[in-house]
Amino acid sequence: MPVYLDYNATAPVRPEAAQAVADALQEVGNASSVHRFGRGARRRVEDAREAVAALIGCKPSTLVFTSGGTEANNMALRGSRAERLLVSAGEHDSVLRVPGAEPVPLRPDGRIDLDALATALAADPRPALVSVMLANNETGTIQPVAEVVEVARRHGARVHCDAVQAPGKIAVDAAALGVDLMTLSAHKLGGPQGAGALAILDDGPLAGLLTGGGQERGFRAGTENVAAIAGFGAAAERARAELDRMREFGRWRDRLEAEARAFGPAVRVHGADAPRLPNTSCLGLAGVRAETQVMALDLDGVAVSSGSACSSGKVHPSHVLRAMGLGEDAAGSAVRVSLGWASAAGDVDRFLESWGRLARRHAPADSAA
Amino acid sequence: MSDPSATAEQPIYLDYQATTPVDPRVAEAMWPWLTERFGNPHSVHHSFGQAAEQAVEAARAEIAALIGAEPREVVFTSGATESNNTAIKGAAHFHAEFGKRHLVTTAIEHKCVLESCKRLEREGFEVTVLPVEPDGLLDLDRLAAAIRDDTVLVSVMAANNEIGVLQPIEQIGALCRERGVYFHTDAAQAVGKIPLDVKAMNVDLLSLSGHKLYGPKGIGALYLRRRPRVRIEPLLDGGGQERAVRSGTVPAPLAVGLGEGCRIAGAEMDAEAARLWQLQRRLRERLAAGLPDVRFNGHAERRLPGNLSVTVPGLDAETLIEHTPGLAFSTASACSSASVEPSYVLSALGLGDADAAASIRLGLGRMTTEQEVDAAADELCRVAARLRAEGKTRLTGAAARAAGE
Repeated sequence: MPVYLDYNATAPVRPEAAQAVADALQEVGNASSVHRFGRGARRRVEDAREAVAALIGCKPSTLVFTSGGTEANNMALRGSRAERLLVSAGEHDSVLRVPGAEPVPLRPDGRIDLDALATALAADPRPALVSVMLANNETGTIQPVAEVVEVARRHGARVHCDAVQAPGKIAVDAAALGVDLMTLSAHKLGGPQGAGALAILDDGPLAGLLTGGGQERGFRAGTENVAAIAGFGAAAERARAELDRMREFGRWRDRLEAEARAFGPAVRVHGADAPRLPNTSCLGLAGVRAETQVMALDLDGVAVSSGSACSSGKVHPSHVLRAMGLGEDAAGSAVRVSLGWASAAGDVDRFLESWGRLARRHAPADSAA
Repeated sequence: MSDPSATAEQPIYLDYQATTPVDPRVAEAMWPWLTERFGNPHSVHHSFGQAAEQAVEAARAEIAALIGAEPREVVFTSGATESNNTAIKGAAHFHAEFGKRHLVTTAIEHKCVLESCKRLEREGFEVTVLPVEPDGLLDLDRLAAAIRDDTVLVSVMAANNEIGVLQPIEQIGALCRERGVYFHTDAAQAVGKIPLDVKAMNVDLLSLSGHKLYGPKGIGALYLRRRPRVRIEPLLDGGGQERAVRSGTVPAPLAVGLGEGCRIAGAEMDAEAARLWQLQRRLRERLAAGLPDVRFNGHAERRLPGNLSVTVPGLDAETLIEHTPGLAFSTASACSSASVEPSYVLSALGLGDADAAASIRLGLGRMTTEQEVDAAADELCRVAARLRAEGKTRLTGAAARAAGE
C-alpha cells in the first residue's frame, strides 16, 4: 500500500465527509427550489455553513460558498474594487497571477517583509487590497497576518487572507486576525474537492465573479453544490474536533526532519526559522532535482510533491523558495512532505527509508552515508 | 377530503429542469474517488494523482463524445453558470481590443447569460437582446439582421429551462459561421436529452451542467472549439489547470460523476426521449381533459421531451403549489422561484402578468413513472377545480397587481 504524504495538495476525504456527500447525492433537490426537496437541500447547505463558520470563528452569514480556493481568491482580488493589489511573493498562483497583482518580498525566513509592505503602501495613495496567506502550502510558514493587518490599516488598505492550508492544522480565528476577506477550501482539510468559501467579514464592496441567478446573497451565482458543501461541513466539524492530533503530527514531522538532517550536509530544511504548520516539511537535497526525488519516492510507494500541484507536469523551481532568497538550484531541489488526519507514524519511516537511499546514492562522498 | 399523496410519502418529483436526481450508477462511479482514490488530479508525479488524472481524462472523453467534440476541447468548470460567465465575458474581454464590442442574445436566456451581458454593458459593451416569437422560437431573419461587423458573439440557448423550447441550433450555427462571429449555446438543459453535435452544428462554445443530466451539482463543462480556435480570457487565474482556461483543482469525484452521467445519457438518450415524449403527451392530454381552458406554452413539437409549461387561466400558480403538497414542481426557474416577479420568459412569449403568474413548469425525467404522471395530472386537475369552486383563485404578487386587486 503506497504511503500518502501530500496532504497540502489534497487530503483524503474523511469518512464523515464522504458519507455526507453520498447522503446528499441520494437526495434530489435544488437549494433554491421552494418545495420540500429544495428545502432539504437548503438545510444541508445551511448546516454546512454553520460548521464551516465555527471552524474559523465567523458568523455563518459572512460565508459565500464557491467552487474552491482558486475561485474564492480570484473573487476577493478581482471583486474588491481596489486599485492596487499588494500580495506577498509567496502566495499561491491563484493570488499571484491575478492581473495587476504586485508582489511584496518575503524575508529569508519565509515571512512577508512588513517594512517593504509599509513602503509600498505609503508610495501610492490609491485604495489597496493586501493579500497574504495564513500558511504557506509549500513551506508551512505561518504569516504574521495580524501584523499585516496593522500595517494595512495604517494606510487604509483592506486585507484578504488565503487561509486554505490553515484550518484543521492550526487554530484559526478570523476575528482575532482582523482580516476583511478570507479564503477556505474543503479538500485541504478532508472535505471533497469542488467546494470552498470566501468569508466576507467587512462591509466593503465586493463584486461577484459569477453573475446570474443571485444565489449566495447575490455574491456567487450558480446552483449550490449541495453534496460537496455538505461534505465540507462534515469535514470542518471533524477537523475542528481533531485539532489536538496535530500536536502529534508535529512531533512526527520534527522526528522526520531530525533524521533527515542526519543523512548529511546536502540536506536542508526550508522555512524552519519561522513559525510553521505542524504537518509540513520542506526538505532540500542539494544536487537532486525535485522531480527526480518525487518520482523515485513514487517508485518506492511514497507520495510527496515538489511544491504545489497545479499546472500539470511542469516542475519549476519553487517561487516560494526563490522569494526566500534561494538560488535556482536550491529552489529546484526541494520536496514537500505533508501529514494529515489519516497519517500513521510508520508513514514517516517509509519516507525516511526511501529518501535516505536517494540521499546516500546522490551524495556518496558524504561521511554520514 | 383526504390526500394520501401529501402525507408521509415523498412528493412526486416534477422539477427535472431545476435539478435531476443523481443516477445511482453515477453515485456509484463517484464513490471510489471519494474514498480510497482521493488524489489531486494535478499531482502528476505520484500514483495517487495519476489515478485521479486518468479518471478525469476518461470523464472528459465521455463528455466530448456526447457532444461530438474532441476531449481537449472540453474544459471542466463548476457548472453551467460558470461556463456561461466564462464563455460570454471571456470572449468579450479577449476580443474587445480588436474592436469587437457587441453581443447578441435572446430575451429568454438563463439569468446567468443575461446577467453576464448586463455586466458587460456596464463595462461599455453593447448587447442586442432579441425577442422571441409567441411559440418561443427565435426568428432567424431577426438574428441575421442583428449581427454587426463588431459583433463578437451570439449566445442562444439550446433548450429553455422554463418552457422547454428548442432553438434551431444548426441554422444559428451556420449563420454565425457565415458571418464570422462566435456562436455560444447554453446547452445545460439540452445535453443528454437531445442529440447535439458541435461540429455539425457549427457551435463554437457550449455550456453544460452535471446536475441537469443525472450527474452531481458543482461540475459542468465548457466546450471551446479548437479549429478554428476560439480565444477567450479566463475568469479564474492561478495554477493554470485546464490549459490555463480555468485554474483551480478539477474535483475528480465530480468530474467522474459528470463523465458517467454523459456516458449513460448517450447510451440511453433515444429510448428515454421516446418514453418521456409519451409521458409528456399523456400528461398534456390528461390536463387538457380535466381543465378544458388550460394552455400550454412554447412550441408543441420543438421542445424537450420532459417539459411542459402550463397556464391555468385565473388560478394563481403559488396557490396551486400551496395546495398540492404531494407534488414538487415550480412556477419558473429555481433561481427565481422565490421571487414574486412574473417569469420574464413567459413575458417574452407575450403572456400578460396575470397569465404568467398562473403558469407552472412540470418537468419529467428518467425516474418519472406513468403512475406518477397520472397521479400528478389527477391531483392538479382535482385541486385546480376545487380551488376554483371555492373561489380561492387568489392572485398574489405581480398577478394581483396586474389584475388590479
